[in-house]
Amino acid sequence: MKPPPFEYVDPRTVAETLERLATHGDDAKILAGGQSLLPMLNLRLARPAVIVDVNRVAGLDGLTTENGRLRVGALVRQRALERWAASHAPLLAAALRLVGHIAIRNRGTVAGSIAHADPASELPALLLCLDGVVVAESRRGRREIAAHALFEGPLVTALAADELITETRFELPHAGEGWGFHEVARRHGDFALVGVAAVIAREGGRVGRARVSVFGAGPTPLRAEAAERALLGREPTPTQVAEAAAAGAAALAPVADLHASADYRRRVARTLLGRALTDAAARSRP
Amino acid sequence: MNRTVRLRVNGERHERLVEVRKTLADFLREDLALTGTHVGCEHGVCGACTVLLHGEPVRSCLLLAVQAEDTEITTIEGLADGEQLHPLQQAFWDHHGLQCGFCTPGILLTAKAFLEECPHPTDDEIREALSGNLCRCTGYHFIVEAIRAAAEGRR
Amino acid sequence: MGARYFGAAVKRREDPRFLRGEGRFVDDVTLPGLLHAAFLRSPHAHARVAAIRTEAAAAMPGVVRIFTFSDLERWMKPLPLFGAPPPGLAAAIRFDLRQAPQYPLCRDRARHVGEIVAMVVADSRYRAEDAVERIEVDWEPLPPVVEVRAASEAGAPLLHPEWATNVAVAFTHAIGDTAAAFARAEVTLEETFTIQRYVGMPLEGRGVVAAWDRRDGSVTTWNSTQVSHFVQQGLATVLELPPHKIRVVAPDLGGGFGTKASGYAEDALIPIAARVLGRPVKWIEDRREHMVGAAHARDQVHAIALAARRDGTILAVRDRIWLDLGAYNVWGIVLPYNTVAHLIGPYRIRDLHVDVKAVVTSKTPNAPYRGAGRPEAVFAMDRAVDCLARRLGMDPADIRRRNYIRPDELPYDFGMPYRDGNPLVYDSGDFPAALEAALSAVDYDERRREQGRLRAEGVHRGIGISGYVEGTAIGPFEGATIKLDLSGRVSVATGAVNSGQGHETTFAQIAADALGVPLDWVTVVGGDTAAVPFGVGTFASRSAVTAGNSIADAASEVRSKLVRAAAALLEASPADIEIADGRAAVRGVPDSAVPLARVIQAAIPTFARPGVAAPDFEATAYHHVPTVTYASAVHVAHVEVDVGTGLVKLLRYVVAHDCGKVINPTIVEGQVHGGVAQGVGGALYEEMVYDESGQLLTGTLMDYLVPTAMELPPIETVHLEFPSPRNPLGVKGLGEGGAISPPAAIANAIDDALAPFGVCVTATPASPARLLALLDARQP
Repeated sequence: MKPPPFEYVDPRTVAETLERLATHGDDAKILAGGQSLLPMLNLRLARPAVIVDVNRVAGLDGLTTENGRLRVGALVRQRALERWAASHAPLLAAALRLVGHIAIRNRGTVAGSIAHADPASELPALLLCLDGVVVAESRRGRREIAAHALFEGPLVTALAADELITETRFELPHAGEGWGFHEVARRHGDFALVGVAAVIAREGGRVGRARVSVFGAGPTPLRAEAAERALLGREPTPTQVAEAAAAGAAALAPVADLHASADYRRRVARTLLGRALTDAAARSRP
Repeated sequence: MNRTVRLRVNGERHERLVEVRKTLADFLREDLALTGTHVGCEHGVCGACTVLLHGEPVRSCLLLAVQAEDTEITTIEGLADGEQLHPLQQAFWDHHGLQCGFCTPGILLTAKAFLEECPHPTDDEIREALSGNLCRCTGYHFIVEAIRAAAEGRR
Repeated sequence: MGARYFGAAVKRREDPRFLRGEGRFVDDVTLPGLLHAAFLRSPHAHARVAAIRTEAAAAMPGVVRIFTFSDLERWMKPLPLFGAPPPGLAAAIRFDLRQAPQYPLCRDRARHVGEIVAMVVADSRYRAEDAVERIEVDWEPLPPVVEVRAASEAGAPLLHPEWATNVAVAFTHAIGDTAAAFARAEVTLEETFTIQRYVGMPLEGRGVVAAWDRRDGSVTTWNSTQVSHFVQQGLATVLELPPHKIRVVAPDLGGGFGTKASGYAEDALIPIAARVLGRPVKWIEDRREHMVGAAHARDQVHAIALAARRDGTILAVRDRIWLDLGAYNVWGIVLPYNTVAHLIGPYRIRDLHVDVKAVVTSKTPNAPYRGAGRPEAVFAMDRAVDCLARRLGMDPADIRRRNYIRPDELPYDFGMPYRDGNPLVYDSGDFPAALEAALSAVDYDERRREQGRLRAEGVHRGIGISGYVEGTAIGPFEGATIKLDLSGRVSVATGAVNSGQGHETTFAQIAADALGVPLDWVTVVGGDTAAVPFGVGTFASRSAVTAGNSIADAASEVRSKLVRAAAALLEASPADIEIADGRAAVRGVPDSAVPLARVIQAAIPTFARPGVAAPDFEATAYHHVPTVTYASAVHVAHVEVDVGTGLVKLLRYVVAHDCGKVINPTIVEGQVHGGVAQGVGGALYEEMVYDESGQLLTGTLMDYLVPTAMELPPIETVHLEFPSPRNPLGVKGLGEGGAISPPAAIANAIDDALAPFGVCVTATPASPARLLALLDARQP
């Protein structure tokens, strides 16, 4: 289990990185945290001709908020966001502690996990739940891709081979919004069998806005729009939450794998939708 | 493709020419003869190869040696103060926190960084911090006790 | 002999080097000019090798040589096979037994994914792996043989066509009159239980380094093996050398658990490569290789039936057992008969009838792993007993109270042989006491009250009980050589191999007491064939008993020599000599005490004292055990099941156990914990899964789920001490026990938690998906 041979470059600027990506195209692979890429290399399941190591690129380590929008530079490690989130964003904190383990989060980047687009991982689902956006740059220009347009399939995104994510943005729950996060994994730190992230805003007791995403239950993380709709304008009573959870789960088309059947995933998505929405409602200010 | 890498390991400077595909784990073991870093799975699950990079635990099987350019690495060989065992090493000895010893270096380094960040942990916090390091011998019971004792010893 | 160290919680003497990262595992062995091997392994479950082309690979940078079967034909001898029935067993039971030869490199047919087809030797492991990818093989796929019961039927594709069947071991065994017992039973129950394929998974894989010394025609090989003397015997055949020309050293082992106690192709291939190339060669098994190349385990199906009276008295057991052996029957009757010999366990049942079929399939070969057939037996039996209790409306504790063998019934003779051919007779223990100790530790009655309360709140907690009686320390022998040096310091060499059990401490405790020296005077060397000529190895919970008693025997012989020499020096009668704390003295004359170093030095002939003495302060002993000695335990698991997700949380785990006299209570407790952890893995997480084409789906530790610290609870241990009457130290084996009962105890606890739903767990691991499917099936 040793990596196959490759060429290695470690540019120092975004411009230089984009140049490299433009030159090598599909032959290149971006190395950021490397917590998914290195296992693939060691198992020889990935064989890029060129590794473009972006870890020394300047200016990609910003972590800022303005007006409730969180901006995370491409090199911000998951652990750094987790530490920040511990006192600023409880939903992110609750989710991030389930991303692998500390040693993985110390290297793994937020942007890298999103770009990797594993349908059962937490960060893509958070991006989707929190109406997130990635900023992608290439020599051709710079564009913003909304989360709902980013994830196209298992490990497949709308990013082109010459594009680099330079920043990810999340619309954080604001004061008064309640959140819930639940997942089932075989072991602590494993990819989820199913998971749910939910944020609810209430206006005069009724749900004014619901943002709910489900992961591990389809080819990409999904917004549980049916669940959101079922709550909108209604009081989040136990009955209403159960109805929303059922509606959200009914819209899913999960697949089976080694660890769980499709039925299991749909059934547990319903359980977890119910729990996450209940938590979110309880934490929201009427 | 080769490249020169310069780094500090356990406070000592090293400069070596390495193949760019070589993992940091293999580099530490083969090029620097620091064989206390153990390779258990080479896909980031078992944690046996955990070292500290600028004081933070990382998988040395999931880093290329060339990525360690200009970094400060701590391996298990750098934990004791000469003849004096580190309090965690002593606690593991006192509490039977190891059997075959293969996972032990990675667990000690993980625990060191953990206690620096969380000096008064609960058992649940200890277990969560340990969850990235597999031990196949102990069932973790005495490892948790050892870490708790080391934390209590610091008070 | 004073017992200053025996029984004390001495801190482990091997620990400092491991704590400092200074252990020496096989991958830490390096030699000048060392080459590295990598293997091409079969990607097919079952296929013929039509042609292999290695030219392109051989031309790759750094490649020294590539070997296929035909390149090494002269060295290709079948791998060692074990497990022919010993005489006492062969006399009692007619075994239909087939074992096929397996060559280190595939000759013409691969029978499982991972079987070795070619070996590349290069100047680095990286480049060896590059070359492996360039070897071209023309494969002709053959039909895979995957499901064990289908494989045992006539008409199934054959793995070893010369057998004309896939059934490698078949036998029927009975005691009493089971048919009559079933005929008079008031209640009968039949259920099928499946225990999955799960494995030892030591954190350090296997590994071999070998060097050929052309000066004297000898081979030295470092091998991460539990059985260095077996490896030596295998190499003597392969390399056609006398054993003394082959030194096998087991260095520090990163766990073994039985996985490293088989004979493997790489044990031979690396020394062969070193011999042929005249250069040292290293191979370190990576995790992906380990998944397909190191022995698998468990994997049984039991169709078990109980006959009982309505009061819960169990009258008889009938069981049909299928074992999936994987591609070769390496271990003969060992696994199937172990299962049979442990099926009844602590229960007073006089009528037993079993039909056993062990079947080859196109999977990685099975071998004994921590428990070796016992966890499967206990799972089937203790699950069946719980099902019976539920049928009768009895508490699971009460049905055990009624049926456990009482201490006054010991020695308890089954009227059948154990696996070593000797009569199966329980020697000592108190199973009801273990049951009560475990129940009281978990506060069983309070748990039952709490259970009712919590159920009303929608919280589902359950308690599960499982007990076992385990034959430990199978013979025939182990050896020990004890030598004193000029300073009186002691070296203890034994064929037992330490893989984390603490031999360097417990064996030193025995030796120090027996010799009368301080503990830190003793150095223990295990697993080096040069240090002791004959040995067996560490497996089957045998080393404390077999090596421990050999050490005690050898030490007392050396002590007698010291006494004689001291008597000469001190001009006293040997009967009056005392040795303690490294000094010899005349009893009652403290001033006469001299250090042992003086006693030894005085025995060395000099020009001044020619021929008056001889510095003979060494002895070798091979303690022969009459048969196994029986350890036992009762485990209690307390779980909570989330009926919305199927997740099981282990709340508490209690073990009340007897391993005879305890040499070191801390080490004993650690062994129990480790065994339980692996049993929990089997109960809830771990499984080697194959698809219908014989491809392994769990090829990484991402998919093969070893429990982390978050999945395991604290483990509470109650020590009961019933000395073994079958060896002088009174000890019993311990290493495997912890792993035997958790699958049964936890499955019983899950059933108990979900009793309102009527769920019956019939297969492990009890994964969330499996449990939710069971719940769904039971819900209206």
